Amino acid sequence: MINSIRLIFALSWRNLWRNKRRTLIILFAIILGVWAMIVTAAFMRGMVFQMLEDTVDNLAGHVQIHHPQYLDDPVIDNSFNPQSAAVSKLLQDPRIALSSTRIRLAAVIVSERESSGITMLGIDPAQESKVSFIGRSVVEGRFLDSTSDNGIVIGKALADKLQTRLGKRIVLMSQDINNEIADRGFRIVGIFDAPLDPTEKSFIFIAKDNAEKMLGLKNKASEIVLRLHNTDMVNSLVNDYAQFDKNIDVMSWLKAEPYLEMMIELMDSSMFIWYLIVFLAMAFGIINTLLMAVFERTREFGLFQALGQKPGFILFQVWLEAVLMIIVGLVIGNILSWLSVLATGDGIDVSVFARGMEMLNMSNIIPFVITFDDLIVANLTVAILGMLTGLYPAWRASRLVPAHAITRI
Amino acid sequence: MKHVVKCENITKIFEQGLIKVNALTDVNISVEAGEFICLSGPSGSGKSTLLNMIGGLDTPTSGEVYIDGDEIDTLNRSQLADMRLHKIGFVFQAYNLIPVLSAQENVEMVMQMQGIDKHTRHQRSSAILKEVGLEGLEDRKPPELSGGQQQRVAVARAIVSQPSLILADEPTANLDSNSASNLIDLMLHINKQHNTTFIISTHDPMIMQRARKLVKLHDGQITDIISQNNHV
Ligand SMILES: Nc1ncnc2c1ncn2[C@@H]1O[C@H](COP(=O)(O)OP(=O)(O)OP(=O)(O)O)[C@@H](O)[C@H]1O
Ligand SMILES: [Mg+2]
Repeated sequence: MINSIRLIFALSWRNLWRNKRRTLIILFAIILGVWAMIVTAAFMRGMVFQMLEDTVDNLAGHVQIHHPQYLDDPVIDNSFNPQSAAVSKLLQDPRIALSSTRIRLAAVIVSERESSGITMLGIDPAQESKVSFIGRSVVEGRFLDSTSDNGIVIGKALADKLQTRLGKRIVLMSQDINNEIADRGFRIVGIFDAPLDPTEKSFIFIAKDNAEKMLGLKNKASEIVLRLHNTDMVNSLVNDYAQFDKNIDVMSWLKAEPYLEMMIELMDSSMFIWYLIVFLAMAFGIINTLLMAVFERTREFGLFQALGQKPGFILFQVWLEAVLMIIVGLVIGNILSWLSVLATGDGIDVSVFARGMEMLNMSNIIPFVITFDDLIVANLTVAILGMLTGLYPAWRASRLVPAHAITRI
Repeated sequence: MKHVVKCENITKIFEQGLIKVNALTDVNISVEAGEFICLSGPSGSGKSTLLNMIGGLDTPTSGEVYIDGDEIDTLNRSQLADMRLHKIGFVFQAYNLIPVLSAQENVEMVMQMQGIDKHTRHQRSSAILKEVGLEGLEDRKPPELSGGQQQRVAVARAIVSQPSLILADEPTANLDSNSASNLIDLMLHINKQHNTTFIISTHDPMIMQRARKLVKLHDGQITDIISQNNHV
């Protein structure tokens, strides 16, 4: 038995290299297939990953705290006390890495020439610069330097739209605590550049004290965003504080961006469909090659049987050829995938598709992200289905009537 | 006396679409241990078909084949393979060898399937290759051997595990007369040395002359059985 199996391994391996060109072609198909599976998966994962990163970075944080009605109606009345006992206690949770307290309301910004509807953020610059992109995105001038800074920081695209620039004055208008229109002048001290135009056009930053003065607020916030030490902690933290205090609502960032959650699910299923498509193309190659090999060697299989080789061993011998081919293909395919992902470094620049990326709320650099799960699924898909595919030609070889097989030349 | 081979009323009909070919009709033959039999007859007379039936490479339409007293009709494909492995050696007209294996590996292959250990295998295959005059060519692959040398390897492989029966279907058909003569000498030598039974189909008058028993086939029927006493 052991002897026979050793013989069969030798036979399979040598037969594989008997028609080198054919074996190399099919090997190439397997390698290309595996490579396509893994790299596409890595790219799609990277896209989701980047989308999530951008979203978190884009002011959303991991967890958000609001007044319970704020999301339905983000007005000044729906604000909460950020220094209440409950909130203070929550902020002491060890899972929280960073937080930023914001006044976040709709406003109108007016320059000498134009006006525009925007979202104003009254923030503590020290907190905010760590939590969101703004801390490293000011490209002209400077970011706000204290909670009482009198300046305003606006986006590049907004500056263009308002036909204004660094050093100019603008006026900000919004509804105050008494439902009156409040306005206040600011000098532009900084211009920021964000990955996406809409971000630049919709958000402006002023110091918290000035926002409070302008709106007549005292000890009130529209939201607190939290960054946790680890994304995996989001759900547990949100669950822990779900019924924590009736004056606040604690929510995961995914809730705030429901389409993201959908995208992730969609991506998982579309990835599997992609695997199957790639695999089907490969399977045709494997079956064809092996059937051809079996056909060419019909005589030999007759001979093997005449010499006393059992049909089961003939099946095993041909099947093993498929398996060896798949194993070699998988190994090389995985190595190549790894190398090509390494070669792309931080990711690939997709700025050619900038408009589409903006619609998806994504930046222009997509990193490759290889997850263990994706590797397993891709490899198992090829291995299991490939081995099943190899069974058919092998079965055909084992069913030959020896007398007929031998007379065929 | 126990018969190595016994065929009872073997009939084989090949159906190709609507056409039926009676390759064998009611063939009866008994072969005793140590016989050296030559099947002769015109092309299409059923020589190969009869050898295939005896070796279990195909099944008769009706009738029974017994090998060493066992009815092979009752064996499944796997058991048939086992029977061939242990009892029968085959030599065909050409393309007898597995092209990816060397001469020695081809000879060892059968022993390997029988589960014989590496050392014994090597010893026996070396000895047998020497016996058939192929010393020094052990590591050559079949394409690197002449037709006569390939047939010698095939004979070596057929006899190496000392089967009780060797079936050879036109073993000399592709050889020049010199190589053919040597091969016949070899087979007669083995027949004498090991008392191995041979059934050989052939058109070759040289084999017919030297066989101890000549079985003549015509249109799928045995027309004549001649015992001769002219072997070397
Ligand atoms: N697989 C097959 N299908 C159909 N007919 C077959 C098949 N094998 C053999 N025959 C027919 O059976 C008859 C006997 O053939 P067989 O090969 O046994 O003859 P043979 O005596 O060996 O001839 P040769 O000397 O040419 O080798 C022939 O008429 C042949 O055409
Ligand atoms: Mg014939």
